[in-house]
Amino acid sequence: MSAITRKEVEHVANLARLQLTEDEAERYTKDLNAILEFAAKLNELDTFNVAPTSHATDVKNVMREDVNRPSLPREEVLKNAPDHEEGQFKVPAVFE
Amino acid sequence: MSKYETVIGLEVHAELSTNSKIFCGCKTEFGAEPNTHTCPICLGHPGVLPVTNKQAVEFAMKAALALNCEISRETKFDRKNYFYPDSPKAYQISQFDQPIGYNGWIDIEVNGETKRIGITRLHLEEDAGKLTHSDFGGESLVDFNRVGVPLVEIVSEPDIRTPEEARAYLEKLKAIIQYTEVSDVRMEQGSLRCDANVSIRPYGQEEFGTKAELKNMNSFRNVQMGLEYEVMRQTEVVSSGGKVVQETRRWDEANKKTLTMRSKEEAHDYRYFPDPDLVRMQISEEWIEAVRATIPELPDARQARYVNDFGLSKDDAGVLTMSKETADFFDETVKTGAEPKAVANWLMVDLLAHLNANNLVFADVKMTPQGLGEMIKLIADGTISSKIAKTVFKEMVETGKEPKKIVEEKGLVQISDEGALRQIVVDAINSNPQAVADYKSGNEKAAAFFVGQVMKQTKGKANPPMVNKLIAEVLKEM
Repeated sequence: MSAITRKEVEHVANLARLQLTEDEAERYTKDLNAILEFAAKLNELDTFNVAPTSHATDVKNVMREDVNRPSLPREEVLKNAPDHEEGQFKVPAVFE
Repeated sequence: MSKYETVIGLEVHAELSTNSKIFCGCKTEFGAEPNTHTCPICLGHPGVLPVTNKQAVEFAMKAALALNCEISRETKFDRKNYFYPDSPKAYQISQFDQPIGYNGWIDIEVNGETKRIGITRLHLEEDAGKLTHSDFGGESLVDFNRVGVPLVEIVSEPDIRTPEEARAYLEKLKAIIQYTEVSDVRMEQGSLRCDANVSIRPYGQEEFGTKAELKNMNSFRNVQMGLEYEVMRQTEVVSSGGKVVQETRRWDEANKKTLTMRSKEEAHDYRYFPDPDLVRMQISEEWIEAVRATIPELPDARQARYVNDFGLSKDDAGVLTMSKETADFFDETVKTGAEPKAVANWLMVDLLAHLNANNLVFADVKMTPQGLGEMIKLIADGTISSKIAKTVFKEMVETGKEPKKIVEEKGLVQISDEGALRQIVVDAINSNPQAVADYKSGNEKAAAFFVGQVMKQTKGKANPPMVNKLIAEVLKEM
């Protein structure tokens, strides 16, 4: 069963803003298929009556009260930014 | 009559009025200096752990219940993946397949007919940052203060058939949310936002036409105008043998038309998956009932009460209940013992005219319900005429002074002393023989001239019914 095509790998890479070389695209297609084949072993189990698992733990409803906590000083916020101006992060122009 | 039927679905985002953000303790208030309400969690630094704000979940439940939704007993957050500089994590925490609320509805009224619009879902998510594009090009500036402010997204069924219905739906939705007090729903500040999906199809056709998604409509009026334009555009495309393309279009307010923003090729490939940092939520029956108990009387119930208890017309009651502030003010004034229909008239006619003329909002009004109630009693007991009351009302709205004080200060007490008034009437009649002759020769309108003279003489303070009576009497005696 070959689940993932080369075209799909390129599509997902594009969505993730990854530029793959020819070699990488080839390798990831192979690797991803191998991973899926490995995971496909789970299909041998009958899970008809099992609800889909969204989380690995059974912990539920961990919430906090609606209370303010201090924010970071702005110098700290901008410290790692490649560029900033007037207290704002500066990024290449984006247009929708 | 067009051959085509319009199909509209609306997506409305409302910012929730919590103190802190949905997954961290940063402030949510609008208008702060850029990037001063941010921390490693909302900035999406690696390794941080978001924790859900319980109040945001309860506000979303409250809104969902007020919109007649069912509540998901098992729910969770999912990551919606996309690259855009408004999102520092490159994903937005949202809800995919288990929204807080689903299967709701609201009733709208258009042209005297009630129509039920379905609500597909209401889910909880975080807001994104704000981008400013520089005029000189090449760069954009990003403010992350808004990242992580809790939002509910409310998606309607494609039940809306005209731009007018879309507007009525929005107004009703806004009113209901405002009543629940989970959001301040201010479109001009962006705490209420609306996108629309619109398509056309030949009447009788069951499947939907290709839709366009409309964005950037920042007022109710613009929503209606944007939709009207888009329906016209699509009708022209189809009528001339073309095909509507699936795309996102932007409403250009200045030029009153919609423009292509982007076509939808990969735009909707968000690769949602459950957020592993946020544990599942289980909503118990008890929790739902506790939240339901906090929902106040909603606009429809209030409108019905005004019709049944106070004899207001359905339309008037609808106008009063459209905004919670106005409806609360009405209730408070009626509680002072003032006649409800009079209160309704002053609020709907005089107050709205004053607000519109001076470009004010209800919050600018200084008048108190006690003041309005008192003023209506002063009219009822003959202390001031209803004409003078307009002056008192304006002063009261602007300064908040008690009406009795305004009447006293400005010497506005109505003249109801019959002897004094009779003298003024006699003087007016004696000094205008021509008008008397007109009257005697059958021109009844001449009497109105004398009313005007008396009012002028008394600066509008004469008791009008008494003036009418006296003029008729004096003229008869001549």
